[in-house]
Amino acid sequence: MDLSLIIMQLLSGIALGAVLVITALGLTIVFGMLGVVNFAHGALFMIGAYAGLYLASLTGSFWWGLLLAPILIGAFGMLIEFLLIRRLYGRSIDDPLLLTFGLSYVLVEGVRIVFGSDGIPFPTPPQLIGVLDLGIGFFPRYRLFVILLVAVVLLVLWLMLEKTRVGLIVRAGARDPTIMQVLGVDIGRVWLAIFGLGVALAALGGVLAGPMRSVNPEMGSLVLAEAFVVTVIGGLGSIVGAVVAGLMVGVSISLVALFAPEMATIVMFALMAVVLLIRPQGLFGVKGRTA
Amino acid sequence: MAETALLEIENLHAWYGPSHILHGISLRVKEGEVVALVGRNGAGKTTTLRAMMGLMPKATGRVRFAGRELLPLRAHQRFHLGLAYVPEERRIVPGLSVRENLRLGLVAAGSDIEERAAIDEIAETFPRLKERLDQEGVTLSGGEQQMLAIARALIARPRMILLDEPSEGIMPVLVEEMGVLFRRLRDEGKTLLLVEQNVEWALRLADRAVIIDQGEVVHEGSAAALLSDKAIQDRYCAV
Repeated sequence: MDLSLIIMQLLSGIALGAVLVITALGLTIVFGMLGVVNFAHGALFMIGAYAGLYLASLTGSFWWGLLLAPILIGAFGMLIEFLLIRRLYGRSIDDPLLLTFGLSYVLVEGVRIVFGSDGIPFPTPPQLIGVLDLGIGFFPRYRLFVILLVAVVLLVLWLMLEKTRVGLIVRAGARDPTIMQVLGVDIGRVWLAIFGLGVALAALGGVLAGPMRSVNPEMGSLVLAEAFVVTVIGGLGSIVGAVVAGLMVGVSISLVALFAPEMATIVMFALMAVVLLIRPQGLFGVKGRTA
Repeated sequence: MAETALLEIENLHAWYGPSHILHGISLRVKEGEVVALVGRNGAGKTTTLRAMMGLMPKATGRVRFAGRELLPLRAHQRFHLGLAYVPEERRIVPGLSVRENLRLGLVAAGSDIEERAAIDEIAETFPRLKERLDQEGVTLSGGEQQMLAIARALIARPRMILLDEPSEGIMPVLVEEMGVLFRRLRDEGKTLLLVEQNVEWALRLADRAVIIDQGEVVHEGSAAALLSDKAIQDRYCAV
């Protein structure tokens, strides 16, 4: 087996990991900031894929779908926070977990009623069809695009978080919401925005995954499991952890698929088990906040 | 000194779940005044401040600050009226540098305060912080963290500052420094409500003193008079 094949597989793994990173990031930001384990995250990923597909066919352009679906579904997420999640702050962590668990069923069934149970193909945008010659092998243009876009989104998020006033509020609010209120910040509005951002990231993941997976009402349940594995490996609430663990899981799946395809689906769970045994708080997690 | 009180508390009650902590506190603080709020551990001093700041699950009565009724407001709105609070736990945010902790004091302030200039100015007032602006806030000593908490509360130029046991667990030399600072703030016309266990120190700084015991005001008078009245001090403030 030659090196170029391994490198190509590595790239595939990074593309797979990139979607995982974006999805897990939404989950981990919401948990880190609001303490809410969002079980509807996978369903919102699926809704994002459908919204992207629908908006793309409505406008005739994938790009509008890619842009508008996260915004629209993010706004829908804010509505969920405002109408439902908000009432459960300050209660046991199980309450929002059960609420979002139920919500995910409502969303999946809702989509099933509107769009049917069958998978719908999500066409790759024409500009990104085909493969690109990287010198050592051919790589799908679309996957390369996914890697680049996710890198840009991560960079923008990082700059927002580290370099802006809003970012400072978010970082401090995650650690100590009470002092932020004393210092004049309406923390409820921050939570609303963060929940919307988390859901928008799920929707973005859904649109990006669309052309790589088939779009169907159940597509979110596997993604939810994957996103949880990634956040647990990376450390609940850790943004850096989600990025590192997402790429790690994506690459592991791809490389294992090369040598032992039948093991590919269990490798991420094995990885999680090992991490939990060695570092229960996850790679970048804070001690005491174990999975 | 204005004739009407800047802060006026009337019949303030507060609860923590089923436990009734404040049983009708009433007190007034005039603009530019330094008032010491003293009393035993568990008397309700911290609860009084928390209720004023909107941080108690349940509070009734009237709290007027600068002509506004505070209790119906949401917690964060008090900041915008010019009310600052330095909690006993200091609450320096982990993971953030000293400079970022100072910036937190300004994130909700209007754009009329220029951030860089305000941090430079506050760093002049707090030389100990100036040398450590880029260090993580929680790595400072207890006293320095207290200074940082006070600086963070002052940076948005509040009208009144509520301080909860600022001298607790702090080296005497820093307590001294803090006393100098509080006198200076008073000279600048700031209004201070100082909750303290270090009664003598607080009374020397204050114009007036209020003693509370078991959630009620039991004594009110000039700080100087209380300082010389050991009998009352022993009765209500002895630990």
